[in-house]
Parts: sequence; C-alpha cells; structure tokens
Amino acid sequence: MVLFPSEEWIKRFKEELNKNKEYEEAAKDWEGDFLFIITPDEGLDKEYVFYVDLWHGKCRDAYMVPSRDAKKADFVFEGPYSNWKKLIRGEIDPITGIMTRKFKLRGSLMRIMRYTKAASELVKTASRVPTEFK
Amino acid sequence: MWELTFPRTIVIGEGALDYLEQLKGRRALVITDKTICSLGITDQVLERLRRAGLEVRVFDGVKPEPTRRVVEEAVEIARSFEPDLIIGLGGGSCMDVAKATFALYERPDLTLDEIVPLMELGLRKKAKLINIPTTSGTGADVTWAVVITDEAEEFKMELASREVVADVAILDPRLPSTMPPRLTADTGLDALTHAIEAYTSKWHNDFSDALALWAIRAIFAYLPRAYRDGEDVEAREKLHNAATMAGLAFSNSQIGIAHAMGHALGALFKVPHGRSVAVFLPYTIEYNARVAAARYAEIADALGLGGQTAEEKAKALVEAIRRLLAEVGEPLKVAELGISRTDYEARLEALVDRAMSSTGTIASPREPGREDYERLFKHAYEGRHVDF
Repeated sequence: MVLFPSEEWIKRFKEELNKNKEYEEAAKDWEGDFLFIITPDEGLDKEYVFYVDLWHGKCRDAYMVPSRDAKKADFVFEGPYSNWKKLIRGEIDPITGIMTRKFKLRGSLMRIMRYTKAASELVKTASRVPTEFK
Repeated sequence: MWELTFPRTIVIGEGALDYLEQLKGRRALVITDKTICSLGITDQVLERLRRAGLEVRVFDGVKPEPTRRVVEEAVEIARSFEPDLIIGLGGGSCMDVAKATFALYERPDLTLDEIVPLMELGLRKKAKLINIPTTSGTGADVTWAVVITDEAEEFKMELASREVVADVAILDPRLPSTMPPRLTADTGLDALTHAIEAYTSKWHNDFSDALALWAIRAIFAYLPRAYRDGEDVEAREKLHNAATMAGLAFSNSQIGIAHAMGHALGALFKVPHGRSVAVFLPYTIEYNARVAAARYAEIADALGLGGQTAEEKAKALVEAIRRLLAEVGEPLKVAELGISRTDYEARLEALVDRAMSSTGTIASPREPGREDYERLFKHAYEGRHVDF
C-alpha cells in the first residue's frame, strides 16, 4: 500500500497512468500540466502539492512540490483531503467534483470539458494505485 | 452542492408577447433570422417594442447552426447601437447567437471560448437579455448553454454560463403555430430528448426530475396533435411550455449521449439538430438501460406503458419512442437521413472524436468509450437494437 499524499504515491500514479491505454487514446492530443493541490482536513495537517505534466496521452513527469507557488502549471485542480479520498475511491468523478464545487479548477474548463474521458481515466488510474490514507 | 438557475421571469399564455409593451429601456436589439422576418413575427415584436418607447434595430443574419462569424457580426452591431435590451427571437440558433452576443457585448475583452461554467463573467452592466422562442424544442430560451459551430474544426462548441440565462423568456403559443409539420416534429423530439436525458443524467435532481417528467408526458400527448394540425391551439401551447420545461430540466441537470452523438452528426453531416439527436435516442436508451433501467422504468410508468420489470419497462419506453418517431415521420435509423454508408464510415472516427469530447458524455448514466461509441454509431446507422 502506498500512502496518499506522498512522493511515492505520485510516482506510482505516473507509472500506472503510462500503462493506461484508454487514457492514452482519450488524451492523445492533450497538452497541459497540472498542479494537484490537497488542502488539509480530516487528519491531514498541511497542504500537499503534486506537479503532473501530461502530454499527448502520456505522463512525462510527476512529483511533489514544496508549495503551490513553487511551480507554475496551465491548470490547478484543488480540493480538500476528504474529497480527494472520495475521488481516489471512485465515489465522485472529477467533472462532477468541479460542478458541485467539491474541487476548484483554475485554467480553461472549456479545454478540460473536451477531454472528459481522459479526466475520467486519470481518476480511474488513481483508483488503481493501492492507496492508504493518513 | 448543486446550483439551480432559472430566468427571473417566464411569461406564458396567449398574448404573452404583449409583455414587451411594459419594458423599460432606451434601445432594443432584436437578433433573429430572415425566415422569422418573412413570417411577420419580427414586425409583431417591433410594434410592441416601439409602443414601449424603445428605439429598435434588427440583426436578421442568423443562420441554422450559427458560426463564430455570425456572432461577430451581431456583436459588431451591438457595439455600435449600444442597446440596453438584447432580444433573441426565433429558434435555438437565434437565441444562442443572442446569448453569445449579450456576453461579448457586455465583456468586449472576452472570446467565445471563455463562455464557460464557473467562470464569473460579470454580465448585466449594460443590458438585459430577453428570449422569445418561435419553435417548441430547443429550450434555449431558458438554458445556460450556447451552441456555436466552429467551421474550421467542424465542431459544435458547447459553451455555457449561468450568466447568459435570459432575464425574461416569453412563451407566446401563437408563435410556434407558424412552424411546418417537419419542423414541429424535429423540435418537439429535441425537447423530448432533453427531458429524457435530463431525467436519466447522473446530475439529475428533484427539480430537474419534476420538470422533465411533466415535459415527457406533455410531448407524448401533444406532439402528434401539433404535427397533424398546426392550428391546434391547445397542443401548441402545451408543447411550447413543455419544450421550455425540458430546457429548464436539462439546463439544471445535463444532456446525455444522444446529444453527444447528435451534435457530432449535425456538425459533420449538416443534419438539423432535433432530427440528429432524436434518431439516436432509442439506441442510447438501450445502451444506458444496462445500468439505469430503473430510471427509464419511471418514465415508462409516468407514460403508463406497462411492463413488470425495470428492463421490460425500459424496452417499452424505447418502443414507444420508436412509435412516436414513426408517427411524426422521423427517421428510425441514420441510413434514413440520406447519408451514404461510405461517407458515414469514412467519418466514423471523427464522429466518435466529437462525441467523446461532448459535454453530453460526462453525466451519462453509462459513459461510452471509443469502442462503444463506434458500435453505437454503427447500430444507429443500420437500425440494429443495441445489445451490448
């Protein structure tokens, strides 16, 4: 089991994503990097930030960064730890999460909405990482 | 949390158009098309606006499946005329152009692509938006969706912002009586598709459910009547209200994969919107029923279609829709739209690409991947029942 959030978790996520053919197909034209921000609640004591570089159906890089200001990205996807847990467990999907204000997105929602299948596959991939929570 | 958005005012019933005489303001820009003008409907609107003491100007350059260019032309007129009322008059295309014009007139710094959900646009500093539908189908009079075709990409941009929901929607049942039977059927089935997809969307809620079910019942009851006799006043009024209710339902829930596939077909083969979504509806219900039979069964129950199990009821609904399509002379399969198999298969990948990137896919009870979409398009072309 891999602890979420952690450097090990995001590395494992990258590996799983690069094995996901459905994602590769759905995101074949996608160009854009993300900051995933996990804000503290339910036992998480501080904010965690992942940088994820997605390019033409592959994850070129993924690692933890020390703060939200440490790295710039086209998109920022941010939500509390409790909602990230639900997302990883597959209890909510990312677009519904945005529409129901469980997550905030900065960046072009128009672009994201043209890649909804890719967004869905990203989350399915996260669910495949054997995750334990704090 | 789920936010519901409705127009501030909806004016219904015979004589609703007279509401225009109460408007306060200085200048009104009417956005419409040449057909509406030739039918004398624009004159009826202008007459009432003038009685309200408004200076008026008409942009009649809207065409079916409006493009970026049409919006740019309308915005240019708005910027020079500086209206404090923008009025969308016509079918969905006219009202979509009015909504887009309203947003870009208010915010000259915006581009069309920036009309997206959850982005605060800060509209209504210069004008208010009024929509007057002359067809009974699109729901564009009350929705926050704006569909504009990107010609270069052969793609229908599904733009949306709660801030482009009209301040006032005027539903005068006399206006749709000018529609010929074919348009009555196309638009009525668009409304039916909205209502059924709103009811079965993953994002459905109590409010959208109530509006959708009522609209479905009314469309089944009154569409054949309005199709047979365009002068049937009761049928026209019920259908007109049902279309707007279906619009409110899907605007506060979501469309589904019949729309995703229909938008793709419409963009690539220039099929009228209502016909292009309705032809896919039975196939998408068969596909979705594998995971959402109970929701379709509730619709079947509301229509009194019979059946014992949820699966039987969902099948009864599909058959009832096929009967309705046949009754109003609509195609039951894509092949009947006059699209050759060679052309269709040559563009199958493009159809799937567009359907995959449609907002209709997001909240479908069952989300197809590429392979399933491809099979759905093929089944719908040949009129084969969906059994996967």
